[in-house]
Amino acid sequence: MSAVVTDHEHDHEHHDHKPSGIKRWFYTTNHKDIGTMYLVFALIMFFIGGTMAMVIRAELFQPGMQFVEPNFFNQMTTVHGLIMVFGAVMPAFTGLANWMIPMMIGAPDMALPRMNNWSFWILPFAFLILLISLFLPGGGPNFGWTFYAPLSTKYSGDSTALFVFSVHIMGISSIMGAINVIVTIFNLRAPGMTWMKMPLFVWTWLITAFLLIMVMPVLAGAVTMVLTDKYFGTSFFDAAGGGDPVLFQHIFWFFGHPEVYIMILPAFGIVSSIVPTFARKPLFGYASMVYATSSIALLSFLVWAHHMFTTGMPVFAELFFMYCTMLIAVPTGVKVFNWVATMWRGAMTFEVPMMFALAFIVLFTIGGFSGLMLAITPADFQYHDTYFVVAHFHYVLVTGAVFSIIAAAYYWLPKWTGHMYDEKLGQWHFWCSLISVNLLFFPMHFVGLAGMPRRIPDYALQFADFNAFISIGGFLFGASQLIFVWVLVKCARGGEKATAQVWEGAEGLEWEVPSPAPYHTFETPPVIK
Amino acid sequence: MTKTRSLRWSLPTLLLAASANAADMPLNMTKGVTEISQRVYHLHMTIFWICCVIGAVVFGIMFWSIVRHRKARGVQPAQFHESTKVEILWTAIPVLILILMAIPATKTLIAMEDTTEADVTVVVTGSQWKWHYKYLEHDVEFYSLLATQKEQIANRFAKGENYLLEVDRPLVLPTGKKVRFLMTSDDVIHSWWVPAFAVKKDANPGFINEAWTRIDEPGIYRGQCAELCGKDHGYMPIVVIAKEPAEFDKWLAGEAERIAKAKAEEQELLAMNMSLEELMSVGERTYTAYCAACHQPSGEGLPGIFPALKGSSIALNDKPAHIDIVLHGRAGTAMQAYAKQLSLKEIAAVITYERNAWGNSTGELVQAADVHAVMQGKGE
Repeated sequence: MSAVVTDHEHDHEHHDHKPSGIKRWFYTTNHKDIGTMYLVFALIMFFIGGTMAMVIRAELFQPGMQFVEPNFFNQMTTVHGLIMVFGAVMPAFTGLANWMIPMMIGAPDMALPRMNNWSFWILPFAFLILLISLFLPGGGPNFGWTFYAPLSTKYSGDSTALFVFSVHIMGISSIMGAINVIVTIFNLRAPGMTWMKMPLFVWTWLITAFLLIMVMPVLAGAVTMVLTDKYFGTSFFDAAGGGDPVLFQHIFWFFGHPEVYIMILPAFGIVSSIVPTFARKPLFGYASMVYATSSIALLSFLVWAHHMFTTGMPVFAELFFMYCTMLIAVPTGVKVFNWVATMWRGAMTFEVPMMFALAFIVLFTIGGFSGLMLAITPADFQYHDTYFVVAHFHYVLVTGAVFSIIAAAYYWLPKWTGHMYDEKLGQWHFWCSLISVNLLFFPMHFVGLAGMPRRIPDYALQFADFNAFISIGGFLFGASQLIFVWVLVKCARGGEKATAQVWEGAEGLEWEVPSPAPYHTFETPPVIK
Repeated sequence: MTKTRSLRWSLPTLLLAASANAADMPLNMTKGVTEISQRVYHLHMTIFWICCVIGAVVFGIMFWSIVRHRKARGVQPAQFHESTKVEILWTAIPVLILILMAIPATKTLIAMEDTTEADVTVVVTGSQWKWHYKYLEHDVEFYSLLATQKEQIANRFAKGENYLLEVDRPLVLPTGKKVRFLMTSDDVIHSWWVPAFAVKKDANPGFINEAWTRIDEPGIYRGQCAELCGKDHGYMPIVVIAKEPAEFDKWLAGEAERIAKAKAEEQELLAMNMSLEELMSVGERTYTAYCAACHQPSGEGLPGIFPALKGSSIALNDKPAHIDIVLHGRAGTAMQAYAKQLSLKEIAAVITYERNAWGNSTGELVQAADVHAVMQGKGE
């Protein structure tokens, strides 16, 4: 794959009439500016959500109530989850999509640039509404990020309407982002960029975008029903009016399980970009990676009720969802095997992006193993709603999704800023994160198996030592992320000049434009052989 | 200088202390005390070891590659990038492993869901934040509440051995008999979980779920509510005492007698008047146990969620409405109906307390007979 780059420095000058100062960011329709805003927003949200995690871990450091009230504790677990899922991980992936997809397929920009601007700019308001609700009398949402009815309807506080409104805005933003990705990939690929030549990051994002437009409206439906049940006298989830509280869970998890894959498929794409670069060897099994991603996406619509094994489903349904869930291990396994086969007999170097990608492969697989254990319905009865589940989804979401995002940031940072990041600091960030994240989440497996339920502000004495240990891990992991900010700021402000290719083994269109990538790239489509 | 030293020492000391005491906590799922719980344990261990073996193979190959196939060793990268044969192989092998795993899992699951031919049936009803147990074939029912003192939670008293896992009235079950549970809820979704039985089933409002157990050994088994059910979700423990069938029958007969006696006493009480002092003292005790979680010990509630009683117009003026709300709850809110949870005396006392505490100085007394009158639909 090669491209003829027709852009010249002075060509840009007369194209780049962007307003200066803050106006540039408000009015911008440039995919790179919008990508940057998404990424910065995600980082800010990561720290706000992280601060809430620190409150949770401080309270759980010792048994007894020390710092917060149980009601506030529940608000922290709820809003921590909402912010990390909708405010940190999803916008970070959308930011990466904005920056990289046009450059990877040889497109001049996203297909719908004005909508792109809008889909970003409604996001800060959604989270402002959510965060403001914490300061209202009675506080913000306290029913868990899964907002099970009737806890979120009849028994919730006055701020529920704000929560619903905020989730609606997040959903609209995600749907617009997804439509933009689909339209861009379908219409703006450079001539010769056939489907099976697209980089895997583009493939995984395309599939993610379809998942998004299929399930975000379901979430919107769920929150709307919560709203009308609470304020307008409907009884979708109230048995007294002919409804069913378990119906809520079916609707929520029909959204929620594909949502889990929305947060991991782009990560697969990132790791599939990074591993070949640093192994200096093409990705093993490209086609099987595409098929595996598609099968995971299809299966994700058939497994939602594995979150609900204890709700009292018929045995037939439990068996169906158990088998389908176990089946997901197959395509996921194929992916891991392909990554290992890519490394095999390569010539590897271990810069920070590669380190995070390798950590991703090992730790995400551990999360996959606990996921397989959770699929075994009889055992799930013991694991369900314990810290074992908390350990499981933090392995796939933190050492999975978040590690992949960090890896992506290190990988493409030289392309974005034109400077190499500080490798030594980056390695410090990696090792501190790796050690502390395992101190934080690994013991949770044992605490869960020993019988500690999740979402409790206080616990029996037998869990005390492990929780103290977990909290220390949590504080260290939180502190380690400050090194990341330091690296980012340092890299944005200067550093060793990056070449166009940046990494010795890097291949793809994004490495054929100069670093930093000019404001406009591929105004004339590249030729792909 | 001294500060850094103390910091440097405190962390390892703490970790050491943690590892020394960690023996208290089991590191694995309990085997439990029922045939089912042991089957579940074995399923858990089987899938765990399968994962360990797969992990060892995959990570082993990966780390071997990381050590050997590095540029620093001067290797030239190979350029192979596909092989349909291995792709088929590593799709087929996991499928086979999964099928092998699904067989015992299916058998155990079907056994767990077979609630037929039960010897004893207990209706388990969750409500914010307590459990109610009713023996379906007998006239025995009672509430089971957290027994840990508030002072222990607030770190004013030392914490007891069974901190947060102790209740005022445990559920008593016979050993060696098939016990069927019918789970439901009065308000939000709760989940009844006793790890030693491998029983965890959601209690859904308006619906009834089934589960069962057959306990092999007499003993005390503890569990907790497993589904987030609001503010005091963490304070909703379950304690089960398993007794030999003969002892269980004796206990059941004793309970039936105690409940019948309490009902008779209640009838006598209707003719009696209690003093303000007595009402206030019983009232305060009842308020602390049943009302303070939401309305707060200060009577000020939590703005936006739980209304204040202090200065409320119902608590100051409208006595029949006050009695009615306590008896029947308030539809569409978290306010529960206490008619079946508390005795007439307790209800009378707690209403008197609410009308005279925190500066709500109405000076009014509410007697058991007043409550009874509202209950019969002939309020003042």
